[in-house]
Amino acid sequence: MERLKLVLQYFQSNSESISNGICIILALVSVKLYTSFDFNCPCLPQYNKLYSLGVMIVPPIIFFFLGVLVNRHTGVMMDEWMRPIGNRSKNPAVVKYLFSAMIQRALLAPMVWILVTLMDGKIFICAFSVSVDPALFSGLPNNTGLELIKIMAKVPCKEDIIFRNSSFRKAVSRYVRCYSQAVGWSILLFLIVLGAMGRLIKPYFDDHATSLQTRYWSNYLDVEQKLFEETCVLHARDFARKCVVQFFEDMREDTILRLPHPLFLTNVREEWEDEEEERLHGVSKQEQMDQLLNKWYHSKPELDVTRMAHRPRTCVTWEDRGGRTLYSDV
Amino acid sequence: MDKFRMMFQFLQSNQESFMNGICGIMALASAQMYSAFEFSCPCMPEYNYNYGIGLLIIPSIWFFLLGFVLNNNVSVLAEEWKRPTGKRHKDPTILRYMFCSITQRSLIAPAVWVSVTLMDGKSFLCAFSINLDIEKFGNYSIMRGLTETEKLKLLARIPCKDLFEHQEIRVAASRYIKCISQACGWMFLLMMTLSAFLIRAIRPCFTQAAFLKTKYWSHYIDIERKMFDDTCKEHAKSFAKVCIHQYFENISGEMQSLHHHRSGKDDSDNEEEDKRSDEDKLLGIRAQDDMNKVLWNWHTCKPPLALRKEQMGGESNGNQNGNAKGAANGLVNGHTHEVEKKEWAVYYSKV
Repeated sequence: MERLKLVLQYFQSNSESISNGICIILALVSVKLYTSFDFNCPCLPQYNKLYSLGVMIVPPIIFFFLGVLVNRHTGVMMDEWMRPIGNRSKNPAVVKYLFSAMIQRALLAPMVWILVTLMDGKIFICAFSVSVDPALFSGLPNNTGLELIKIMAKVPCKEDIIFRNSSFRKAVSRYVRCYSQAVGWSILLFLIVLGAMGRLIKPYFDDHATSLQTRYWSNYLDVEQKLFEETCVLHARDFARKCVVQFFEDMREDTILRLPHPLFLTNVREEWEDEEEERLHGVSKQEQMDQLLNKWYHSKPELDVTRMAHRPRTCVTWEDRGGRTLYSDV
Repeated sequence: MDKFRMMFQFLQSNQESFMNGICGIMALASAQMYSAFEFSCPCMPEYNYNYGIGLLIIPSIWFFLLGFVLNNNVSVLAEEWKRPTGKRHKDPTILRYMFCSITQRSLIAPAVWVSVTLMDGKSFLCAFSINLDIEKFGNYSIMRGLTETEKLKLLARIPCKDLFEHQEIRVAASRYIKCISQACGWMFLLMMTLSAFLIRAIRPCFTQAAFLKTKYWSHYIDIERKMFDDTCKEHAKSFAKVCIHQYFENISGEMQSLHHHRSGKDDSDNEEEDKRSDEDKLLGIRAQDDMNKVLWNWHTCKPPLALRKEQMGGESNGNQNGNAKGAANGLVNGHTHEVEKKEWAVYYSKV
């Protein structure tokens, strides 16, 4: 439990870490989706390649768009790019930095999907079994009366009866899988070399000082947007509370004029009664309450709490026990 | 238990993230329901299509409506839509924004159901097996010499493992249809993601300032409603307290006063406080008859919902008031009340 809390705190400490966390979660989702997806090769010569390449390409596109969508920096970047200049000058380097960071993170889950499919090999076998030269392998079942291409197209399907008691299918599958894994490892190697080169060469092209500045200001924009949203939420809460209390008080002021002259009350009252009276806001009859609730529906108050927000501090004439009058300032 | 509490607190901290939580739960429920549901195709030409497509569409509609039902904002939206204009004019963009956000959230569980159904392929197999062309899968002679209806009946039995004898044809056909179904599923997911992308990522290009405004005010409406409910609850509590207090006073005929003049000076302050509060809690009812009367009348003759303004015995106050307050109250015609005075000041400041 403590560990989980620590991990969560670490990830939440920094908006970049949050994005990294989400990125990793999306990659894990991609692996899980691949393992739970029931890959179903049609085993027909016209459709094999189409289906396999579809399954290899469409999910990465979906994951890429999802990665862009769930990243907070997308919103920050779009805001910064599209805003009018106003009083704050625009720095294109910040937008470029945010864009490249967003793209890099969004590309992780698609790459994971592609690498996992290549390492597993099912999709390659489905797509390219018709292109294998059967002469390389022995045991081709030639008594079925089917054309060669149809036989080759059936190789990915384990249960097909034409391959019973024959090692041909397994040999072809192993051959194509070997190609698939080679392609997968090469892509992985290429990506790692690219990443390493990028890291090593970057200092020669980039001014470190400028890059520190860019990182700072892009983080600042993110934090600023978050704080603005939080402040709006808090403000709405205060505004709502004042508006409602003002509405109750308005009802009270209407009724003051209609009450008969109340009798004088001693200065000595229980504390809690004061509080209770305060919370009653002067509404103390059923008809008043009904009227208040009716008015809340039929005629909501206007969105203006200046009276409440700026009303003078209540000038209450307090009397102490001895009957001496004390005043509070307005 | 701690984990759940933390998760619960995090979700409730923000109304939006609470709704997102409900959304996620519904999506999981939809996937779980699909895996728990036992799909059983009727394998008859007249009913296959209806069953297959019905199973694709009807639960999605049901989840969509359930999303609306579980979303609190629906009643806020309806209220805002139907209220009379009064002093506050209505902004249609706010209504549109609320409606869009509710719809977006409700669409997630149906989308999950449709994608899971399409990826699994059983419903497509059931619906479209009668449209298959068997010749595609090999040179099979089972269809020769059959009438149209018999052909349809044969094809309709393909989804049912036990009813269709020719296994290779069945396997090949189900594989083919499943592949089409999965392709449709992926296309559907791609469409949904693209449209979500267009709405979320491209929209800021066009209407950001107006969007910030509508977001703030729609959130405000929600909070205001909650605040009003809270204030009413507090008010009701105070109303009830004072009402009951006055009821007891009525029956007992005694007035409550804090300051008893006690003879026992050797009591410690605390004890005096305790005794005082105990005495106060009795609210003047000290005899069995009085208590019986209180209880009886509470059922037979409840007090009216109209609180008296507190009045105390006049003579104990008259002296204090005459001198100290007389000057202050000169303008006020001699009637003041602790709380009323406060309001009186405000009244004057308004005038």
